[in-house]
Amino acid sequence: MAAISKSQSRRQFLLDMAKTACGVGMFGLGLGLYSKQARALPPAAIRPPGALPEPDFQGACIRCGMCVRDCPYDILNLAKPEDDLATGTPYFVARKIPCEMCEDIPCVKACPTGALDHKLTDINKAKMGLAALVDQETCLNFLGLRCDVCYRVCPVIDKAITLERVHNFRTDKHTMFLPTVHSEHCTGCGKCEHACVLEVAAIKIFPVQLAKGALGKHYQMGWEEKKKAGQSLVAPEIKHQYNLPEGFEYEQGRGLVPGGSSEAAPSPAAPGAQPGIPQALHGDKL
Amino acid sequence: MSANNKIGADAVMEKGWLSAHKWLLLRRLSQLGILALFLLGPLAGIWVVKGNLAYSLTLDTLPLTDPYVLLQSLLAGHMAEKLGLIGVAIVIVFYAVVGGRAYCSWVCPVNMVADFAAWLRHRFGIKSGARFSRTSRYWILAMTLVLAVATGTVAWEMLNPVSMLHRGLIFGLGSAWAIVMAVFLFDLFVSPDGWCGHLCPVGAFYSLIGKTSVVRVNAAQRAACNDCMDCFVVCPEPQVIKPALKGAAKGIGPVITSANCTNCGRCIDVCSKEVFGFGLRFINKAENNAPQGEAAALGNRP
Repeated sequence: MAAISKSQSRRQFLLDMAKTACGVGMFGLGLGLYSKQARALPPAAIRPPGALPEPDFQGACIRCGMCVRDCPYDILNLAKPEDDLATGTPYFVARKIPCEMCEDIPCVKACPTGALDHKLTDINKAKMGLAALVDQETCLNFLGLRCDVCYRVCPVIDKAITLERVHNFRTDKHTMFLPTVHSEHCTGCGKCEHACVLEVAAIKIFPVQLAKGALGKHYQMGWEEKKKAGQSLVAPEIKHQYNLPEGFEYEQGRGLVPGGSSEAAPSPAAPGAQPGIPQALHGDKL
Repeated sequence: MSANNKIGADAVMEKGWLSAHKWLLLRRLSQLGILALFLLGPLAGIWVVKGNLAYSLTLDTLPLTDPYVLLQSLLAGHMAEKLGLIGVAIVIVFYAVVGGRAYCSWVCPVNMVADFAAWLRHRFGIKSGARFSRTSRYWILAMTLVLAVATGTVAWEMLNPVSMLHRGLIFGLGSAWAIVMAVFLFDLFVSPDGWCGHLCPVGAFYSLIGKTSVVRVNAAQRAACNDCMDCFVVCPEPQVIKPALKGAAKGIGPVITSANCTNCGRCIDVCSKEVFGFGLRFINKAENNAPQGEAAALGNRP
């Protein structure tokens, strides 16, 4: 009889274990899916300087709020449960109040886990996000005015935002000064978005991975490769020989150069090759 | 239970109201005091302590880190900075001495919510009770650690009512009140001591830290027990009392050694016979029929 009751109690034990394990498993599955969902950072929420890439950040940030406390300008908030980003993690909204880019970066120093990377010691190297002039239809400078506010307030003026001069084809006699962001220098502080005079900012900060494109790894810029190599990596340029004024030569980059010799005939091409087509296209190995 | 059916009534009659609520009052003082210190900064601009229970810096020198949340972060694949690690060491040593679950009864803000629910249950005689196994919390603890590895995030912090309430009170509550309310209603109507005593993985984790903690409650004067059962009724983890209180015949010492005793001291308060007291784990000889023993001498030392 003892054996039976022992096996019964073992059975009960296993059953209870299974019950608890299943309950906890279901709970865990729900929580896991919820946390996966919450890993997407809404575009308006910008992390403090030095924040690790978002997935890493959510494993590193313990939601203590020390960065919030040590921000001298009270810019940072901790996300509340109803907010769209992981509960308790710090963020700021550039349009409301941008980062002042303190030189000593107190928020990063305060972080006990390194979710804000302590290797960031120069605030100008911060990448909180990336500004993008997303609406050229409402940007006053694109309409031909000289607003320039985003350019003026930029802490990295003339590097992160430049004004590129372009002919105004509408009036046909003016120049447009187009605010142009350079990702290499933009820290994502949000001053430009904050200062944009429109009702809704035409220039906005986005998480870098949203704002930035990426070339295929195999892309090479011919002009950069040429600079590195000191010469064109493609076939030697073929001399321009048609429709030139008498006594002139055409030189790449310089244009018409007087005093060319008319003897500069094309180099003897391979048999069957068409003259005037760059050698590179003849199929020769370079 | 005492004759007039109110827990601790005998103790109040014998010892007076104040000493029948001594540990409860000290505990509330500790819980509210800690909360007040955290709130002093944001409300009055006096920065004694910054941060919250996950990590805090007191007087710009003393770091304290919650080991549970840091372990999750570690499992998610991230190594903390120096101050965070020092803080963990301090906290682990502290709770290994005073009892891991002293965190639950002396620090955690959810304790007041749960205690209020428990008080209302007694007051209105709510008897309903879905019973969970008290080991559920360890399953949930394991689940949260697995989740940290699987998702690479501190996933439990998305839901944790403890940090949600504490952070909420200091940094802005938002809808965190709903989660705290859920814990309250769960304890009140669904399961007695349901959250803190059965499910909460934070408490489970701290119980592991305090597995061999030095400071423990003991039933040094267990010979004087008159079986009123008040301690069992008031205790949020009543299963821990029995071996210590009733184990004399089996040669079990009078110290409550279970890691799940929260060192709240309510049993000391409600006992009219002064059976219980705080003491050290090592002083645990079974022959306590002689009340002049070492254990008795240490019996009521705070």
